[in-house]
Amino acid sequence: MLLTSTLIACANRGTVVLLPEKDGKPTAVVVKENDRETVLDKPYAAVRQTPFGARPFMSTPEEVATKFGAALASQPQRAVSFTLYFVEGKDEFADESKRVVESIFSEIAKRPVPDVIVIGHTDAVGSDQINDALARQRAEAVRAELIRRGVAPENIQASGRGKREPLVPTPDGVAEPRNRRVEIFVR
Amino acid sequence: MGRTSTCCVCVAFAFFAVSANAVDIGQIKTSKGSVTVERATQSLPGAIGTRLQTSDVITTGNDGAVGITMSDDSLLSAGPNSTLALDRFAFDSTTNQGKFDASLRKGSLSVISGRIAKQSADAMTVRTPNAILGVRGTEFVVSVDE
Repeated sequence: MLLTSTLIACANRGTVVLLPEKDGKPTAVVVKENDRETVLDKPYAAVRQTPFGARPFMSTPEEVATKFGAALASQPQRAVSFTLYFVEGKDEFADESKRVVESIFSEIAKRPVPDVIVIGHTDAVGSDQINDALARQRAEAVRAELIRRGVAPENIQASGRGKREPLVPTPDGVAEPRNRRVEIFVR
Repeated sequence: MGRTSTCCVCVAFAFFAVSANAVDIGQIKTSKGSVTVERATQSLPGAIGTRLQTSDVITTGNDGAVGITMSDDSLLSAGPNSTLALDRFAFDSTTNQGKFDASLRKGSLSVISGRIAKQSADAMTVRTPNAILGVRGTEFVVSVDE
């Protein structure tokens, strides 16, 4: 038995380990090797590829740190997000959002190669076509404002999600100020 | 930008495109030691800030490590002696639909999946010489040992 496991360890061709989620949400990776599927859906659930096929096992934080420490240490910083709100049907900032812009700039200044993603959203009043255009206009308005204040144009991308991703879910046709927003991700 | 928002909307509808720089799919955010980007017949230094394109192959040396942010917010980072190929990347930033296939030919990789995988299960895959990983979410590590 000891001999067998030593042989398997030596002939290891690769390993996959699922890591825990920061917020504890469900997560999974399906590993297919030839005809066999292994579903990893618990923290540290793992599978090894060996000449004898896939071998599921439970890994540990220590093992992951030893084998993947260098890769994990090189992970880019996660995006930090900010939200700006808009006057109904327009691409003008609501008053309370003006000071958020300052925090965006201080986050940009912290990063060695910052890029900024601007995503516009609308409430559920109107068609997809109208809301997609409005969401895009709001994102473009924010992009233009950030460029005016000194962010390099090539480092900002703007897009609109229309009414697809409301902050506060509502029936179609409902006006909701909290959904008329632009999210800014500094990465 | 030099184009109206109406025109941008048309472009967003017409193509899987994120911005005027449609060819940029990600950016190197961290880079340590020897890191190279192979693009067609070129070999570029994988310096911090380098923008990446589909089919780029990123390699790290003995002392190398690299971290990449993709335009859908996927984060990939590779340790020393690794070869990572960005085989396919398509992302519609309006619907969040897309397809992302990467492959780790050797070495070690950590992944935090992004908007593509969040929108559709299995729209993101990571291949190794021995296996295909279907990514439902979110954080995992994978190695290929020689």
